[in-house]
Amino acid sequence: MKQTNLPATSVTTRALPYVPWILALCLPLVVDANTSGNLAYCLLWAFSAVGLAAMWGYGGILSFGQTAFFGLSGYSYGIFTLNYGDTWFESWLGLGAGLVVSVVVAALIGYMIFYGRIKGVFIGIVTLSVTLVLETFMSQTAGPQWAIGEARLNGYNGMGGMPQLTIPWPGGPLTLENASFYYLVLILLIVVYAVMRKLLDGTFGLTLIAIRENPQRAEMLGVDIRRHQWLVFVLGCTLGGLSGALYTIWGSYITPSTMGLTAAAMPVIWVATSGRKSIGGAILGTALLVWLSQNLAVYGSQYALILLGAILLIVVLGAPEGLLPFVTRHLRRVSGRSRDGARHGRARIRQEEGKS
Amino acid sequence: MATLSVLYSLIYQFGDSFAYLVLAALGLAVIFGMMGVINLAHGEFIMCGAYVTIIAAKRGVPLPLAMLLGAIAAALAGVVIERLVIRHLYDRLFDSVVATWAISLIVQQTMLLVAGPSLEGIRTPFGAFSLGEYSFSTYRAVLPGIALAILFALYLLFFKTNYGVCARATILNARMAQCLGLRTDRLYTLTFALGAGLAGLTGALYAPTMTAVPTMGSNFIVQAFVSVVVGGANVIAGTTPAAAVLAIIQTALTASYGQLFGQIGLLVTVIVVIRLMPQGLGNLFARLR
Repeated sequence: MKQTNLPATSVTTRALPYVPWILALCLPLVVDANTSGNLAYCLLWAFSAVGLAAMWGYGGILSFGQTAFFGLSGYSYGIFTLNYGDTWFESWLGLGAGLVVSVVVAALIGYMIFYGRIKGVFIGIVTLSVTLVLETFMSQTAGPQWAIGEARLNGYNGMGGMPQLTIPWPGGPLTLENASFYYLVLILLIVVYAVMRKLLDGTFGLTLIAIRENPQRAEMLGVDIRRHQWLVFVLGCTLGGLSGALYTIWGSYITPSTMGLTAAAMPVIWVATSGRKSIGGAILGTALLVWLSQNLAVYGSQYALILLGAILLIVVLGAPEGLLPFVTRHLRRVSGRSRDGARHGRARIRQEEGKS
Repeated sequence: MATLSVLYSLIYQFGDSFAYLVLAALGLAVIFGMMGVINLAHGEFIMCGAYVTIIAAKRGVPLPLAMLLGAIAAALAGVVIERLVIRHLYDRLFDSVVATWAISLIVQQTMLLVAGPSLEGIRTPFGAFSLGEYSFSTYRAVLPGIALAILFALYLLFFKTNYGVCARATILNARMAQCLGLRTDRLYTLTFALGAGLAGLTGALYAPTMTAVPTMGSNFIVQAFVSVVVGGANVIAGTTPAAAVLAIIQTALTASYGQLFGQIGLLVTVIVVIRLMPQGLGNLFARLR
């Protein structure tokens, strides 16, 4: 790479990762409350995708179980808040309860998988089985005998009526909805992104990559491979749980179909499309794809699913590293070529686009 | 007489779920066992077989011929998909899983758009017979026999024919087989078509007993995966005992707690089996032999 004006480039490149975040922070100022609620919906799925990207892209663990933790955590939030009232403190405790349940279940399942030496695609089958067991179990809980305290599970009809998150405020508690809920999701996302980048760019992430590339060699070098894989599994699944709890809060509603086969495919599609080795890409890609499917769903959910399936197929065949990295790489090559010919500002702009 | 009919009803239920598990699994087992590809579009081949059978039967084609047409249609679809997609993904296991999942999603949703939410089925042939106070469908009572016949035919195909020898040679060592002059790419296509055709045959056989819906594949795919995973990579020596064991578990749980618990029992069995013997039951039998 020959770069003539190095300082300028490094400033723009360094500023670049912040641009989407700043844009996202400004968005509610220009759109109405309803739209920012929808945007929050698009963003809340990203946690699940980030978790899967960490597991799959870094750890080499393809899990179909993100939706299991999604559902578990969502139901936990519902059961907790329906039983223990809806003051601001309890709604946050409910969110915490969802996460704790995710961590505990993920730790147990992960322990069974990694310390039981289950490998490769069998991890996918075990996690998918767990998801389907939960879905089947939840869908048969229609009768009145299936209630935990005040909370009726309601089978296929789903559980509804949970309170939303509130924060104490002078003059009555403030309910987090629309724009304020969007900001909550966004801030959580920024925190998760920062933490994950710190973690995955550091020793932990590098160790995971070493394990993914060659488990035997990593073990010979003294890495406790099981512990590392177990930790990233718990981390990823818990992020799936965070998505579920936020989804339940967003819609005050959760059904067993959020854990079904089609739902279980979604995180895999998002992550495979946006590139499984990039956390930022996973967030951006997921938000875009959810937004796209939401808009297409107006014409019928079939179109959205067909389009997602087609995108996934094209990506797997044509750009296995993911669509965003693929586009970035090509734009960089194009910009590199045109800069050699005519040293011009336009190429730089293209290069910048490519890096987001 | 009463105890006899209760006893037979248990055997009937066992046979029914055994046939379902074996038939659902066969196509998947062939493709996984012979090629190492996990085909998540398996359910859609079943759906294809069922639809073609029902449509042909409604046009006046005799039922056995219609079923054959269904199996052939699914096999042809298998050839197309192998040529277009699977071929490029043989050395990328995760990607082939994801790609076949995408195919499944596309086909399922396109069928929902094109063919509508459901297709009126055809009548179950052979009627019913009764024993004591229970009444049983003759067709479903015969199905376990058909399943066993198909298993036997597969055994003959893999162990007594030229194709079978070539296919097994390719599975053992593809490069060596190629050096000896076998056209391995054609064998892969044929094997994938065989798996798809078997799936189509399953759909065709079950077409008279259920309403055809575009998502009917998902009803089969859980059972199929369960049997294949429990059975391991060995098509015949794995799938058959696995289906027998699973059918006992399912029948017992269904009889005492209801259908959904039968399903849950199957899935839990899979998790336990993967944990305890990751190579599956087939391997256990192979080691004993």
